[in-house]
Amino acid sequence: MMKRRQFVQSVGAAGSLSAIGMMSGCASTGSSSSGLKVVVVGGGYGGATAAKYVRMWSDYGIDVTLIEPNSTFISCPISNLVIGGTKTMADITTPYDNLLKRHGVRLVQDMVTRIDPDKRVVMLAKGGELPYDRLIVSPGVDFMWENLPGMAKEGAKDKVLHSWKAGAQTVALRKQLEAMPDGGVYALTIPMAPYRCPPGPYERACQVASYFSKAKPKSKVLILDANDDVTSKGPLFKKAWAERYKGMVEYRGKHKLADVDAATNTLKFEFSEDVKAAVLNVIPDMRAGDIAVKTGMATANKRWCEIDFLTFESKVVKNVHVLGDSIQIAPAMPKSGHMANQHGKTCAAAVVALLTGKQPNPLPIYNNTCYSFVSDEDVVHVASVHRYDVEKMTMLPVPGAGGVSSAANELEGRYAMAWARNIWADTLA
Amino acid sequence: MKWNPLLLAGALAAFSIGAQAQAMDPLQVRSMAASCASCHGTHGVAQAGNESLAGVNKDELLKKMLDFKTGKKPATIMHQLSKGYSDDQLAALAAYFSALKK
Repeated sequence: MMKRRQFVQSVGAAGSLSAIGMMSGCASTGSSSSGLKVVVVGGGYGGATAAKYVRMWSDYGIDVTLIEPNSTFISCPISNLVIGGTKTMADITTPYDNLLKRHGVRLVQDMVTRIDPDKRVVMLAKGGELPYDRLIVSPGVDFMWENLPGMAKEGAKDKVLHSWKAGAQTVALRKQLEAMPDGGVYALTIPMAPYRCPPGPYERACQVASYFSKAKPKSKVLILDANDDVTSKGPLFKKAWAERYKGMVEYRGKHKLADVDAATNTLKFEFSEDVKAAVLNVIPDMRAGDIAVKTGMATANKRWCEIDFLTFESKVVKNVHVLGDSIQIAPAMPKSGHMANQHGKTCAAAVVALLTGKQPNPLPIYNNTCYSFVSDEDVVHVASVHRYDVEKMTMLPVPGAGGVSSAANELEGRYAMAWARNIWADTLA
Repeated sequence: MKWNPLLLAGALAAFSIGAQAQAMDPLQVRSMAASCASCHGTHGVAQAGNESLAGVNKDELLKKMLDFKTGKKPATIMHQLSKGYSDDQLAALAAYFSALKK
């Protein structure tokens, strides 16, 4: 359903005070826009949700432009099943066009090269600039390759994959596993927390083991984790490795990767012996997306962006909001697609309130739900509820709420796919 | 007529839940409800595989969420999530979703 004109043209000076006054009248007649402009950088779970909800909750009165370099949305959640071979890229790909057709979000396929917070404009890689009244930045993560000098060598990044951003590398890793002779070792390295999707690496180990047990039963999965122990759903994953994939999966904690020699397929560790394997899958250290770092917003350890949890506005750059995996998370808050979708709505409500002279919600409350496939069908979850704590000025988990599955089960396998369909629609349709 | 004290207490509790739910800021309730949309669909209209909440009878929906919360009704995940919300918040959510179009 398209409520207003699909392309909202520039109306008067961006952010003029009179525009705010125009808003309610125009929204009720549906004949014009307020002239207010929101630009969203990054069309993942956080940014796409924010774009849609700013349109919806401004009654289609605020002009929203979404800037995203990819032509379609490819989901990280469920992408481990493509690596395991039971889902295809088509299964995890959703077009962006409903954001335009149903919600009138202007889509720009491009990258933002620079943000000018004084002039309130963003510069685009293909040229030109876009003005904003408020900017929402949701660029996900980028990798700290500087911690792995060997990966700078020519061809290293094409051979040793991370597959931690769903897309071409998801397909490429699947091909490496298919090409690997039976009896080979697949070695997966996990960075020190915090990183995107805490249970994701352990789910991936299960998916690769599931594939090996069907197609290459003499092969092994070796997990080399920089953390002391499994960081999420530990007992459930360990049970899967011990029982479903007996003798196939080996877990080693306290293995902090120091470097990679791609030419010889060798992993080098700070305190342990080198490891050679047929297929290396290195998940590097990560930080906020480049554009957030470049704009000076990554103030926590120079890695993550500190924000006000009521509005997601950056603590250092005014009128710029950051959400999703790029933020310095609150206690017990995971970096997840579900959480980014929740950030998107909280931020959207606050941006609409701020642009129309209202108070943002003083007490946000939202949840996280995360499913992991330990086989083709059986799934375990972790869930939590987070609410704003006025004294500590952050989101805290609600005591007594949330938890994990008692055991992996097929019913939650069906719910996991229903979750995916629903969150994709909530984010993009 | 003699009042049964238990019934009276129940009626008062129900009234106070209703009254407080009404007093909650509608935009705050909208944001709280939007967090359910990740699994139950935008405006409570779900994609295949999960239950829609839009247009469901208010009392039925509240009873269901309270039964998840107390553990009376078994669930895979809702028994854990419902514990994160006060009874007043659950009542506000039930009222919000019941008023949405199916």
